[in-house]
Amino acid sequence: MNRRLGWFLGAGLLVAVVLAGVVSNFASSDPDGLESVIHQGCELNEDGEIVGGECVARQAQDHELGDSPFADYGFAGVDNDVLGTAVSGVLGVLVTFAVGAGLFWLVRRRGGNGATAKAPEQGGAAGGR
Amino acid sequence: MSEFALHISNGIINGPVSAAFGAVAIVGLAIALARGRADLDDRLAPMAGLVAAFIFAAQMLNFAVLPGVSGHLLGGALAAILVGPWIGAACVATVLVIQALLFADGGITALGLNVTNMALLGTAAGYLLVAALLRVLPKTSTGLGITAFVASVVSVSVAAQGFVLQYLLGGTTDFAGGIGALAVAMAGPHALIGIGEGIIAAATVVTVAKVRPDLVYALRRFHSAPARAEAAVPAGGAA
Repeated sequence: MNRRLGWFLGAGLLVAVVLAGVVSNFASSDPDGLESVIHQGCELNEDGEIVGGECVARQAQDHELGDSPFADYGFAGVDNDVLGTAVSGVLGVLVTFAVGAGLFWLVRRRGGNGATAKAPEQGGAAGGR
Repeated sequence: MSEFALHISNGIINGPVSAAFGAVAIVGLAIALARGRADLDDRLAPMAGLVAAFIFAAQMLNFAVLPGVSGHLLGGALAAILVGPWIGAACVATVLVIQALLFADGGITALGLNVTNMALLGTAAGYLLVAALLRVLPKTSTGLGITAFVASVVSVSVAAQGFVLQYLLGGTTDFAGGIGALAVAMAGPHALIGIGEGIIAAATVVTVAKVRPDLVYALRRFHSAPARAEAAVPAGGAA
């Protein structure tokens, strides 16, 4: 990876961090397209909980990891929605980049021109996760 | 804000159908990684990580599409344009797995359903449109922007109908009005969501194409078309 690509990746990550950490707090909190369709027929209270009627979402079950500290893009340690979303958003961007780039780095095609199958000096990078 | 679920939850589609789509997702992703490996060089690998991180961020940005209804980018068409269909599908799947495991968004038993709709169907549909449009449209910012917009609208609509198919096969209750009504109910808001996604995707790919055209997979892949031979030069050299 050369220096120019490094700058591009850094700038791209910075944009993603700002979007997920800051701009996300200005996002609409209305149910999305799928959520609104599966709630059709049900009456909801102000918190979006079903209080009457019949709809697809009545069958929905709790998430297996609903008690995880970052569940629903919050942060259990912080009693502040804005900060919680910011922590979750920034963490999510960094984890997604680390996992994605790590995974793709591991399975990438080795060798500059395809002919040389394995380059020994690249083997060390494979452990980085 | 009690719930901020973006994807299919547990319990909406029955166990056998969820498991079957889990198998579809695993096979599909295995094929995508095997085929995508040919595209994955030292430059595309970190770029694909960035695309996944950007899609994660963009999925947090719900925008209003109708009164009381929002939507967010899914990312299939965007990923297909920037890193190709195979690695693009893997990028979207990476986002969905992290959302399910770390943020309790999208049930774990529903992961195969969500991956099939958004990562496999959404990316495949988006890329088919990209491949068709970039053969006829000029390889300019305008051409690329229009391509990203149209591919996004179609990609989101196809992903939404993927849910309708899954509901037809294994829905755990009846949708009022039947499966046709569900298809119509999903199509309307998701056409609008697709338009919003199209604007975001077009702005993103046009920006990347201006800064680093060599990092846009679709421009490298389709550079042999008639116009703009110079687009091929940075693709080969500037790495």
